[in-house]
Amino acid sequence: MAGNNMTSTEYIQHHLQNMTYGLHPENGWSMAHSAADAKAMGFWAIHVDTMLWSIGLGVLFLWLFRSVAKRVSTGVPTGLQNFVEMMVEFVDGSVRETFHGKSRLIAPLSLTIFCWIFLMNIMDLVPVDFLPMLAQKIGSWFGADPSHVYFKVVPTTDINATLGMSLSVFALIIFYSIRSKGLSGFIAELTLHPFNTSNIFAQILLIPVNLLLELVTLLAKPVSLALRLFGNLYAGELIFILIAMVGLWQLPLHFPWAVFHILIITLQAFIFMMLTIVYLSMATEEQH
Amino acid sequence: MNLNLTLIGQAIAFAVFVWFCMKYVWPPVMQALQERQKKIADGLDAASRATRDLELAQEKAEETLRESKEQAQQILEQANKRSNQIVEEARETARAEGERIIAGARSEIDQEINRAKEELRAQVSLLAVAGAERILESSIDEAKHRELVDKLAAEL
Repeated sequence: MAGNNMTSTEYIQHHLQNMTYGLHPENGWSMAHSAADAKAMGFWAIHVDTMLWSIGLGVLFLWLFRSVAKRVSTGVPTGLQNFVEMMVEFVDGSVRETFHGKSRLIAPLSLTIFCWIFLMNIMDLVPVDFLPMLAQKIGSWFGADPSHVYFKVVPTTDINATLGMSLSVFALIIFYSIRSKGLSGFIAELTLHPFNTSNIFAQILLIPVNLLLELVTLLAKPVSLALRLFGNLYAGELIFILIAMVGLWQLPLHFPWAVFHILIITLQAFIFMMLTIVYLSMATEEQH
Repeated sequence: MNLNLTLIGQAIAFAVFVWFCMKYVWPPVMQALQERQKKIADGLDAASRATRDLELAQEKAEETLRESKEQAQQILEQANKRSNQIVEEARETARAEGERIIAGARSEIDQEINRAKEELRAQVSLLAVAGAERILESSIDEAKHRELVDKLAAEL
């Protein structure tokens, strides 16, 4: 348990606060020393820990796969190549089953989503105090107050990370919709469904209703995508933190939760990938 | 839960990762997979072709074997026939030769007999003349009597 003189609430809040660097109204561009500081920065702030870990893990994934891709052989695959081929075939199979159009982007996109989210999620299995305490030690060498050094290890427990991804997917959904149906087709899809009549006046009256319904459907996609991943991982992380507070008893509690969490980690990465594929295939195919 | 620049940073990072994956990771691995698939398909193809070839070769070998057996049988029959023929011919020749020899010997014997008869006739006539001379003890007209005796001898 970090900081023995902290209360439980402070401990939890400390763990759930990102390391934030941003434009403070009074201090200018600086590190946030507290949650209030981070809040005051508003939009012009960046979560250093989230960026660091997510980019680090993304680079790890790409480096791993690239190193295999460079010396890939068509003979009998060995070791890491086996694993990479398994992943690629798994993702390729999922894409082929669901997405029937032709696209060079979808499959690599899905692979990146799955592996990246999986790696970010798996940071949840690192005991919750290890890396934050290390960060506090390093921070104190640089003269920072340890209790002001915030460090959140799991990027997917940051809504910015999940929403960043889901909004990119959302942009792709709109792009694919317009590309396959044309701008007019896309607008027609938003306005002429689900209520459709042959009477032109009734149709004009129905357009706002349709637009409202379809916009909610459309916008629900990225929001649900982001919140599902965020919610699952945030809750999991919170339970890890709560378990970490019970002292010595955390060991028998931590283990089963971690084992169970392995399922959630993989499942959430898979769900995010599958839903992305499904949304994009819905965007390219004619609906209704 | 505060939305901030991290959102944009994450989106950019995501885009870059996807681009890198699409450009440098996916194509080589996929290509390798497809090539291996092709290799395996080719291998299976070659295997089935080889099996077919093997069957054909076995059939051909059996046929050749059967043909050669037939040929051998034929040759054997021919040889048997020929040998019988040769034996038959030899027997014929031997018989003809034997007959020829016998005929030759027989004609030689006839000749000998005739010659002996001739000689005997000549000598008989001489003996008869000499005997008659001795008996008559007189000179006889040799020319007259010789004709008589020759006639006699010819009648022998």
